Amino acid sequence: MEIVCPAGTPAALRAAVKAGAHTVYCGFNDETNARNFPGLNFDRAEMREGIRFAHDHGSKVLIAINTFPRAGAEGIWHDAVSDAASAGADAVILADPGLLAFAMQNHPDLRRHLSVQAAAANSDVINFYARCFDVKRVVLPRVLSVAEIAAINDQTKVETEVFVFGGLCVMAEGRCSLSSYATGLSPNMNGVCSPASHVDYHDEGDTLAVRLGGYTIHRAKPGEPAPYPTLCKGCFATQDQKGYLFEDPVSLNAEQLIPQLKKAGVTALKIEGRQRSRSYVAQVVRNFRDAVDALEEGRELPAGMLARLSEGQAETTGAYRKIWR
Amino acid sequence: MHLTVGPNQFFWKPDPWSALYDELARIAVDRVVIGELICSKRLPFYQDRIPDAIETLLAAGKKVAVTSLALVTLKRERKMTAELAGLGAELGVEVEVNDLTALAMLPEGTAFSVGPMVNVYNEGTLAWLASRGATRVCLPPELPLASVAALCQHARGLGVAIEVWGHGRLPLAISGRCYHARLHGRTKDNCQFACEDDPDGLTVDTLDRQPFLAINGVQTLSDTYANAANQIEALREVGVSGLRLSPQSTGFARLCHLFRQRIDGKTDAAALVSGLDEIARGMRLSDGFLSGVAGADWTGKPLQPL
Repeated sequence: MEIVCPAGTPAALRAAVKAGAHTVYCGFNDETNARNFPGLNFDRAEMREGIRFAHDHGSKVLIAINTFPRAGAEGIWHDAVSDAASAGADAVILADPGLLAFAMQNHPDLRRHLSVQAAAANSDVINFYARCFDVKRVVLPRVLSVAEIAAINDQTKVETEVFVFGGLCVMAEGRCSLSSYATGLSPNMNGVCSPASHVDYHDEGDTLAVRLGGYTIHRAKPGEPAPYPTLCKGCFATQDQKGYLFEDPVSLNAEQLIPQLKKAGVTALKIEGRQRSRSYVAQVVRNFRDAVDALEEGRELPAGMLARLSEGQAETTGAYRKIWR
Repeated sequence: MHLTVGPNQFFWKPDPWSALYDELARIAVDRVVIGELICSKRLPFYQDRIPDAIETLLAAGKKVAVTSLALVTLKRERKMTAELAGLGAELGVEVEVNDLTALAMLPEGTAFSVGPMVNVYNEGTLAWLASRGATRVCLPPELPLASVAALCQHARGLGVAIEVWGHGRLPLAISGRCYHARLHGRTKDNCQFACEDDPDGLTVDTLDRQPFLAINGVQTLSDTYANAANQIEALREVGVSGLRLSPQSTGFARLCHLFRQRIDGKTDAAALVSGLDEIARGMRLSDGFLSGVAGADWTGKPLQPL
């Protein structure tokens, strides 16, 4: 199985490649990618150099251009696709039908992957994207169980890539505007979710109120960790209950499901975290590479090695187990 | 400008469900989108009433469309979606695509409309949908006026009518997980229809007890009712041809009537807003996606021309 690793910086790309990443994915430093954070991502020269480095070491590079182009400014996204082609990217990861059509028409030889942001959640729609835009791979939304992934693979020739580690979207990706409702900035339009620019920590004496866009969605007592206020993992109240109504502050770790995912016909395992440090990336990559190598060689998987890297120390296998729903 | 009533996003008992469409047949709305948008488990409770409701609406001169689900994952849901085109043809109505799975299933060349759950953010996607047979697109509520204007301009050349969210709790997210079931300590498969007692969704507060969101099964909505009362002139000027009103359990016919009057120039925005307050006291409004900074904002003011 192929390990697909995040790189938010040229240093992280080199670290991932050296740690054994088969494939690295990254984005340009603008609103065309879904991790549009300050200080992150690649300018055009860095991208060309990064691709050269990866190719020299036998790794591939995928460029995520997976926000939805803004009406009146599609040229920014078109240029990103054209520059990905000329930089020698092995594929582009796209979500928007209009942009897929542009890429197919103008760069037919540039391989196209369907981003998780397209939320293509069944084989009918995946095959439709393949018919319309000749996509070769789909990144599956994090709403599917392993059995459903197996059923999809039975009914499509399109390769499937699934998330196995890191941040976890609770909502169908690309179909969520919680962030822009609270802050004005959204994953689809701006490439950010629950942005740090809108977070504030308010000292209330005995507690710390954590707010996003002015909405208090965490309260931490002294000594308690104050998790980052991502909206879908916030603490909320209804008339008679208080708690994590959408999802606990957990992150995804499907490491132990790798054998089942392989059996389900999955081609590639994706690690989330282009915002992470190169040392984090290197360690996660090394562990996952070991795991898939062990699987290929019929050895037992090493257990629990990644737990301490997870957000807030709590982990979930998410929708892969049906009971999550 | 025309008025479209969007699909009911909530789980209503069969009798109030039927009553809504009987009432819509009698009032001045132009289009009605009917069917299940959110959860395939709800449909069997009122499915057999859909043909009659459509017949009543058509007889009253309304245009009618049947909606697809917003997220299609299960086998049963794929089957439902595949049957939509046939159902539409049989009943003489078009399909509103709210997940591209429904488009994948439509015979090529079939005219269809596109709902707000499909990501139409730019000219390229609009042109692609038009080339597949789209004749009408209700834009995602997240779009600001500048995007609406650019899309309207492009839509004219394509012969596509553009509709914008006019009133109702905003559909902000859809998930594989059922939050109503989670709240009751159940899973989605064993939900026991935990959403049936919340005909407008269940309000979710922040820790400061500030109303913020609303849950509706697998869907998350805004607590506020997005409302374009103040933006109608600006929307008309950029070429928007219709407004979408989303059903709510109180005073919906009256609400439609107030919008009709506002569109026809018989009342102003202030009268519409105060009329809404009489319908449902304490209903919080927003217009931030169209004219504010964040979606939840309420400017309550007309948009400046672009």
